[in-house]
Amino acid sequence: MENDKLVIGNKEFNSRFILGSGKYSMKLIDAAIKDAGAEIITLAVRRTNTKEEENILDYIPKNVTLLPNTSGARNAKEAVRIARLARELGCGDFVKIEIMRDSKYLLPDNYETIKATEILAKEGFVVLPYMYPDLNVARELVNVGAAAVMPLASPIGSNKGLATKEFIQILIDEIELPIIVDAGIGAPSQACEAMEMGAAAIMANTALATAGDLPMMASAFKAGIEAGRKAYLAGLGRVLTRGASASDPLTGFLH
Amino acid sequence: MENHFLIDSDKLTQTALEKKHRLETDPSSRIDHMKYLPGMDVIESDVCEHVMKEMKSYDYSKYTATDVRRALAKDKCDIEDFKALLSPAAEPFLEQMARKAKLETSKHFGNTVYLFTPLYIANYCENYCVYCGFNCYNKINRLKLSLEQIEHEMKVISDSGMEEILILTGESPTKSDVEYIGEACKIARKYFRMVGIEIYPVNVKDYKYLHECGVDYVTVFQETYDTDKYETLHLMGNKRIWPYRFDAQERALMGGMRGVAFSALLGLSDFRKDALASALHVYYLQRKYPYAEMSLSCPRLRPIINNETINPLDVGEKQLCQILCAYRIFLPFVGITVSSRESAQFRNGIVKIAATKVSAGVSTGIGDHEEKYTGKNQETEAGDEQFEISDSRSLACMYDDIKQEGLQPVLNDYIYVS
Repeated sequence: MENDKLVIGNKEFNSRFILGSGKYSMKLIDAAIKDAGAEIITLAVRRTNTKEEENILDYIPKNVTLLPNTSGARNAKEAVRIARLARELGCGDFVKIEIMRDSKYLLPDNYETIKATEILAKEGFVVLPYMYPDLNVARELVNVGAAAVMPLASPIGSNKGLATKEFIQILIDEIELPIIVDAGIGAPSQACEAMEMGAAAIMANTALATAGDLPMMASAFKAGIEAGRKAYLAGLGRVLTRGASASDPLTGFLH
Repeated sequence: MENHFLIDSDKLTQTALEKKHRLETDPSSRIDHMKYLPGMDVIESDVCEHVMKEMKSYDYSKYTATDVRRALAKDKCDIEDFKALLSPAAEPFLEQMARKAKLETSKHFGNTVYLFTPLYIANYCENYCVYCGFNCYNKINRLKLSLEQIEHEMKVISDSGMEEILILTGESPTKSDVEYIGEACKIARKYFRMVGIEIYPVNVKDYKYLHECGVDYVTVFQETYDTDKYETLHLMGNKRIWPYRFDAQERALMGGMRGVAFSALLGLSDFRKDALASALHVYYLQRKYPYAEMSLSCPRLRPIINNETINPLDVGEKQLCQILCAYRIFLPFVGITVSSRESAQFRNGIVKIAATKVSAGVSTGIGDHEEKYTGKNQETEAGDEQFEISDSRSLACMYDDIKQEGLQPVLNDYIYVS
């Protein structure tokens, strides 16, 4: 387990929990770092573009990697502009592409996401695109230089868990890059399940932000993710279905 | 009980008084409120038809406790559920509604509460809307700030820490033309991250121009969706043209704005029907423009200068709370703004349930921010207020109060990209 690092771009991480940015509060950031062990924290560029006294940037320790996102972008062009602004603000080279043309469900626009990923990867960004889990799109994202792929589990903020489970599994099986499950993970058990499937990391926000006891929920997520990861590495036992026991091999006649 | 809106000023000339009385008493002296005036854009849209059909057929007395329980038990609230939640049958369920609304708010907005302040730059008005302090027959101090004065006001507000501003004018396209408003917005872009406007409705090309000047959010209050009632309250001026006002948000989106805000002024007509129509206005427009950001306000009638008796009639705080909870449950993704028309106590309570944006450091007068913010005596004249506010907390005070409630105040969550 000690050598089990999450590698994104040229950086290594011990933690496989990434804090999302949707609902922010200083308490949330604190709990994510201290109790969930987060080493990557997403932040919306639109919220850091501020003069406010409690600038979110001031609350993030230097050893935590910032993952600025392009929320607010409605197409590739706007996402590219926001990513460049993030770099100017000193947020580093990591960027999470979020392009939404829907204010109700906040579903990502896969087509525009590919376009933005291509442009930004060429400019040297470490690009993590948020996407609707579609194998063809994921392959295209790999081709244009993404550093990881971030499929959604269910609509953002919904806490509904792995509604797209089968499709995320296909991405995990077929794509070489880390698959980071993003959006909709509402409970540590769901995070654990995604990790057992082979996800590289989990991004969550609402599930923690809306919890009764924030630090306790953060540590519960940490435990869930670690349990899932261990189970994946250990190799889950076979699930035997009735009558399928191999005690009498069907192919025994071949000998 | 009805509101008594019609007040005569002793400073009006005989001719003006005669015209005023004629408008008030003789409907034939008023222009057709449903017919566009020359020069007004007419757009292709079926949004109005959908909204009006639902509103006209809404009989809130037919809903029962069973309908309300069903609506509260559902994961997704449809139009029928929303109608039940707005009905009198839902009144005994206010606490359950508040709990469901809070859950929806936290799913979509977490603990955040956004702060903004309005800035009135001119109070000249060419409309006669009988309930409004700016109406052209109300004798008040009129003022239009120069661009230097606007910059001074914005600097004072910006120094207080505010990052979002809503620029307002009275409705006088002659005194406060689009170019003047555009210049004000360009100045605002220097001091604020987010610039919104609440001005008279304009054509698509004007919204496009204002967007280029830095505006990204347009607020237009329909006042009432009851067109017959509207006709009796808005007696003169462009505002009288009800459908041109209804289409304003759609024209703003066509002009490239990121978001639009809606509201009825509760207390003018049947508030349940107006609340239904306001939310459906958002609902249908969102289906047509899915990328647009939308928000709802919920102003109630307030007293004005020269008429202290104006009040929101049957829309008490409980009713207002019911409406806001119903809005939140039906449209979980929209912003809900509660202005300083409401008391500090109400606003502190409602941000924990449904509201996501509140104003702070508010003056509805013209050019008086320095005096109100710093206590420094004003050297120049100030213009009178549009209505009386109930909550005069400063930004610093509001910020601390929101934190005290365990919520996260946010001054900016916005980026201008186009």
